[in-house]
Amino acid sequence: MTSEYAVEADGLVKSFKKTQALRGVSFSLPRGKVLGVLGPNGAGKTTAVRILATLLRADGGRATVAGFDVARHPSEVRKRVGLTGQYASVDEELTGRENLLMIGALLNMRSSAAKARATELLDWFDLGDAADRNAKTYSGGMRRRLDLAASLTGHPEIVFLDEPTTGLDPAKREDMWDVVRAIVSRGTSVLLTTQYLEEADALADDIVVINHGQVIAHDTADNLKRVVGSQTLHVRPTVPDDADAVRAILAAVGTPGAGVDEARPGELSTPVPGDRALAEAVARLGVEKIAVTELSLRLPSLDEVFFTLTGERQKAPTTSDAEEVHS
Amino acid sequence: MSTQSVTHDVSTIPSGPFDVIRHSAVLARRSLVKTMRTPEGLIDVTLSPILFTVLFAFIFGGAISGSTDEYLLLLIPGIIGQNIAFASVGIGIQLNADMEKGIFDRFRSLPISRISPLLGAALGDIVRYVLLITIMVGTGYVLGYRVTTSVPEFLGGCLLAIVFALCLAWAPMLVGLLARSQRAVQGIVFMTLFPLTFASNAFVPTETLPDWLAAFADANPLSHLIESLRALWSGGDWASPVAWTLGWSAAFVLVFAPLAIRAYNRKS
Repeated sequence: MTSEYAVEADGLVKSFKKTQALRGVSFSLPRGKVLGVLGPNGAGKTTAVRILATLLRADGGRATVAGFDVARHPSEVRKRVGLTGQYASVDEELTGRENLLMIGALLNMRSSAAKARATELLDWFDLGDAADRNAKTYSGGMRRRLDLAASLTGHPEIVFLDEPTTGLDPAKREDMWDVVRAIVSRGTSVLLTTQYLEEADALADDIVVINHGQVIAHDTADNLKRVVGSQTLHVRPTVPDDADAVRAILAAVGTPGAGVDEARPGELSTPVPGDRALAEAVARLGVEKIAVTELSLRLPSLDEVFFTLTGERQKAPTTSDAEEVHS
Repeated sequence: MSTQSVTHDVSTIPSGPFDVIRHSAVLARRSLVKTMRTPEGLIDVTLSPILFTVLFAFIFGGAISGSTDEYLLLLIPGIIGQNIAFASVGIGIQLNADMEKGIFDRFRSLPISRISPLLGAALGDIVRYVLLITIMVGTGYVLGYRVTTSVPEFLGGCLLAIVFALCLAWAPMLVGLLARSQRAVQGIVFMTLFPLTFASNAFVPTETLPDWLAAFADANPLSHLIESLRALWSGGDWASPVAWTLGWSAAFVLVFAPLAIRAYNRKS
């Protein structure tokens, strides 16, 4: 079966006892592309992935994956997808190689083919040296890579990556990004959930922002950044009385109409249209002889994205590494 | 990380009606490998039943049967029955751990039958029961116990015990899939098994029990298994208790297997 889309979700609804996890979520992933699903803890990202990977049934709405309806043809879907969860689901008491051989055997691969595939994946994910050690001895990053290798064993058409870098340190995060890019370069479609705009921006062609089980934005990464400002300029004046002057400067160099925000007490910020804004701000601060203790250019945090899109502040910090509760 | 090219024609075995068996065997092998790597996980089917046997034989032997030797004829099948029940908690704990660690999510995302992970875990446990029976009979021999019937009857008893164990296991499997922690699995299963193992004919003749307890003990599935083993290994009419044991075994599977499979499918 061929379809233009690797994944199409249409009005997905799902409730758990008291909480409504999804309230009509729709999005689509064109074949060979990467869709980033961006949202804070509890937004419904994991629930959506679990429905698409046939681990969970939706209460309402429909979804097709690789052209097959997830509710009516789950086994056809399972033949074509790989799933990497936010908890690395590898068998710790088996070695890395044994984990992959077991998956190969369950996928009906001939033993020679499974062995070859395991070796290929272990080498690719830099696990060759650790291949015959129990996965229990692996670091967090190694486990993630083994988990990803396990989901790639059967050459899936579509890979679901549920928060693949949550809890990894920045260097390991970039390694993981390289892996994702390599997977995509082979024609695999990827649906990625993340709490980091930076990650979605680095990897995804399109980004869906979800909050409280609803899609609040669905656009290309570039368009989304145009809305939220590709970067924000943060300035903390040394003398609090200079705040108004700084506010005026930021309003002048920032994205027109975006407004100036007090991100933290005493720290002003505004989305900026390009990299030149920093130099311009520095020049103006110099002219007005305003001393600052902090001046930085940052990609907007998820919190700021949400503030721009909804005008609503997230209550809890959203960039923590806490795991999403999904049941 | 290098990006070498990948061939997409993976050589596979065509899927067919034997997939369930093949996949269950793959997963049984996984349980087996894990059992071999953590031999301390076998204490419940090795050292602890030996301890029970030795203690019970010398403490209760004289009081209940007049001598240790006489009592061993009752005790060895009794201890096997008791420990088959106790050992079944292990599978519940294992399933619960698999669920907690997300391994079941991996299995469920694969195009395999949803019964395979459960069946695989049960089949992987056979080795534990074989070990249990071997060690118990061996311990009995050291203490003076002898099987006085034929080899086929002895082996028939072993087979019956294993079949019963595999069927009973579906109950702790269900608990393992429903409970929220491994400790809860242990608590729930033992709370059920303690009365089941002691309110039986495992350690005392049921005639000595008050009527209501004797009625329970006589109907107890473990009593039927233990009675079958005594008859098959020491002589006596085994047809009726064996039929009862098989009937109970079938009942366990018919009741608990569908519930366990349903719980496994529903788990989110």
